[in-house]
Amino acid sequence: MFNKIQRFIVLDILKNRVVLAYTLLLAVLSWSVFSLEDDSNKGVLTLLNIVLLTTPLVSIIFTTIYLYNSAEFIELLLSQPIRRSKIWTGLFLGLFFSLALSFIIGAGIPILLFVPGHVALILLVMGVLITAVFVALGFLCGIMSRDKARGIGISILLWLFFALLFDGLVLFLLFQFSDYPIEKAMVGVAALNPIDLARIFIILQLDVSAMLGYTGAIFKDFFGTGVGTAIGFALLCLWVILPYLLSRRMFIRKDL
Amino acid sequence: MIEIRQVSKHFGRFEVLKSVSLTCEAGQCIALIGPNGCGKTTLIKSILGMVLPSSGSIYFQGKDIARDFMYRHHIGYMPQKGRYPDNMTIGQVIDMIKDIRSSDDTLDEQLITDFGLDEILDKRMRTLSGGTTQKVSASLAFLFNPQVLILDEPTAGLDPLAAEILKDKIIAENKRGKLIFITSHLLSELDDLVTHVVMMQEGEIRFNMPTALLKEQTGTNSLARAITHVLKQDHVQ
Amino acid sequence: MQVLSPKDYRYVLGALCMILHSLSAVSGTIQVGSGFPFASVRKALEVSIDGDTILVHSGTYKEGNIIIDKSISFVGVDWPVLDGQLKYEVLSIKADHVLVTGFVVRDSGHASLDDPGGIKIYDSRYVHIINNRLINNFFGIYLQYSQHCIVRDNIIRASGTEEQQIGNGIHCWKSDSLQIIANSISGHRDGIYFEFVHGSIIWRNISFDNIRYGLHFMFSDNDAYITNLFRGNGAGVAVMFTKNVKMFNNTFEDNWGDAAHGLLLKEISDSYIFNNRFIRNTSGIYMEGTNRIIVEKNSFKDNGWGMKIQASCMDNTIRDNNFMRNTFDISTNGSLVLNTFNDNYWDKYEGYDLDKDNVGDVPYRPLSLFSVLVEQNPPTMLLYRSFIVTLLDRSEKMIPTLTPDNFIDDRPLMHAIPL
Repeated sequence: MFNKIQRFIVLDILKNRVVLAYTLLLAVLSWSVFSLEDDSNKGVLTLLNIVLLTTPLVSIIFTTIYLYNSAEFIELLLSQPIRRSKIWTGLFLGLFFSLALSFIIGAGIPILLFVPGHVALILLVMGVLITAVFVALGFLCGIMSRDKARGIGISILLWLFFALLFDGLVLFLLFQFSDYPIEKAMVGVAALNPIDLARIFIILQLDVSAMLGYTGAIFKDFFGTGVGTAIGFALLCLWVILPYLLSRRMFIRKDL
Repeated sequence: MIEIRQVSKHFGRFEVLKSVSLTCEAGQCIALIGPNGCGKTTLIKSILGMVLPSSGSIYFQGKDIARDFMYRHHIGYMPQKGRYPDNMTIGQVIDMIKDIRSSDDTLDEQLITDFGLDEILDKRMRTLSGGTTQKVSASLAFLFNPQVLILDEPTAGLDPLAAEILKDKIIAENKRGKLIFITSHLLSELDDLVTHVVMMQEGEIRFNMPTALLKEQTGTNSLARAITHVLKQDHVQ
Repeated sequence: MQVLSPKDYRYVLGALCMILHSLSAVSGTIQVGSGFPFASVRKALEVSIDGDTILVHSGTYKEGNIIIDKSISFVGVDWPVLDGQLKYEVLSIKADHVLVTGFVVRDSGHASLDDPGGIKIYDSRYVHIINNRLINNFFGIYLQYSQHCIVRDNIIRASGTEEQQIGNGIHCWKSDSLQIIANSISGHRDGIYFEFVHGSIIWRNISFDNIRYGLHFMFSDNDAYITNLFRGNGAGVAVMFTKNVKMFNNTFEDNWGDAAHGLLLKEISDSYIFNNRFIRNTSGIYMEGTNRIIVEKNSFKDNGWGMKIQASCMDNTIRDNNFMRNTFDISTNGSLVLNTFNDNYWDKYEGYDLDKDNVGDVPYRPLSLFSVLVEQNPPTMLLYRSFIVTLLDRSEKMIPTLTPDNFIDDRPLMHAIPL
């Protein structure tokens, strides 16, 4: 039954102006990056920064706002004979599908055209996964506070934290404990930030990955192997599943 | 048909419902009245399962509604302020709800035609006035021929003509043996509709009696006067 | 059947003339092979005298260690194979004026203490090793205490995997006036190895996929290496403890790895690095204790670091180079800058050129904050391409606080130099 909710939400969101603008922005950025850079590898690196900045931002804020704006609609759905968990799942999948579709159309097409082979695939998969992570986090923001302004505030803070503050903290730790062998610990710390995980994943697919090896083989040794890849991938999936499940639990127990 | 047994609800330290008990039968048309913040909406939402009672339970046709959702097949709900996905058209919203309920019952599309919604099915929800949105909400509540109708301020925002259409529909459905809950501030509007009055105050049921009896006891011939009478008595006491 | 190619013939003739001239004796030709007077190379060598030509016809000769101690031309016809059976040094040359050409030399003994080679030259002058194929030897061609030798057009292959279990492709020790020309070497420890070799030239060689260095160069002054290609070697090329080396027109590419450099310079002085290409290396040039060298008109492309200049380097001039698409153009571990940068093209330069003289009006600081941070604390590389790093680099470019003040190119070019 939730397939229907999902389908209607996808239809609704795909006509949303913000989402259209997001798709267009991604398309303009990617096309211009690839036509300006004669080397596709460097294009990927430039695009990486854009993708890891805008995709989380748009995903989390749009999701949060959409949830607040749909409060009455959710209420309407609640008065219908549907399980609460199905409503939440439908909303999540609907939002995720439409934002992921925006990403694939906006950034995916130029990526597939200009970037060779598995690098393109990894970039796409990471973009879609990051979208999922931040939609899930948006669900958490949307359910945490009844107040719309506060919810949006939390979502912006979360984005700021993962995109900027977290790395600042890592930098601080690296220099604070530079006398200790903390490389291994740092791999663990990086796994706590989905944006860092995605970034390292993509860089490992490029020639510059050797740079990671140069500075402490541990990064490449860990993330470069099959097991490391699987663990990193699983961690990213956890970043989708845990916030989503938490938000669903809260939703099921919430008075609306 | 619906039995509410000692339902309490508190949000934090604030007690919204204090051990409310109420039994409603098919064929009744109940006006749920009371000042703002008396717990009317919370009670309605408890029946709909949107608000989960802190204690007590609610039975629908003898079955506890906690952890159930199928009973909502038999309820049509018209919210006070309906909001729908901005970019969907009226037609799509109606189709979606039809789809979700996938009901085998014969559909009651009378309100859709009476309100003239069938002529503007391709209009987007975003572009609709508050009144038209309410018409959509009302049409959806009645669409599936539910045994119970819960209408939260149904006529607020409707133009007089539309309000009249809705009232006629309520009366007709009530006569066909359906249980109807109405909350409204406009007591005069309820006069020719309701069979019972439930008045709430500070989370408790102040009184619950048939309209005829209320009028008789207070010696008045309109609901509005009867209520005013009761409130004045309170004041004197 | 062509005994010698015209090209080889010239050398044979040259060698023969010299031999004839010095010995003033009549020389003969000795044929070796099945159906020829001699079946054994050793026997032929025994009866030969200075000035003779020994023609060895095709076949496989397993005769242990073959020693040439006379001034002869030793010529293979249709690629005869000298097989060391993984036990012996295959060919030892202990005489001046020897020519060895047209042989397949394979399977020398491995890893014993006396460094067995496919072809080893002991204390000799005017030895020419031309157009041979050396396959799976411990050392390929080994020269010691030798002068005026030419090693040309040889193909040297091995498939070593461990540094300790394989020798060098062309190994030159305590020699001078050598010419190492147009050889192709792969799979050895070092492709070409020079230690205490002076006044020599390394020209048009290809050295690739060797385990350690493509070219390993130590205590060898006054040499030049020109137009060589070094690709995919474990650690690139190392030039150490040497002065007055000329490095022209070489290509250093695809030397990626933790300890790989396109070109490692250590304790080098008064040298000239001109018109080379450094492409896709972990670091294009890594300099340590390097003084008074000029790096001019080179192209640094797609490297992790274009140049890593350690604080121990002084008075070097880096001018008219192109730095393109490197992750970091320059990096250093010091704060004192004693080297000069001028007239380079940096693709990361964002200045302007109002007077249209092709020189940017704003000086360029090639040292990014992030490269300094990585130098101080390598694990920081974990944050490569993160937003905070971009932000830090931007602000540092506007208000330099952590990067050395005088690390600056005052005349950055607006366009790449056509190289």
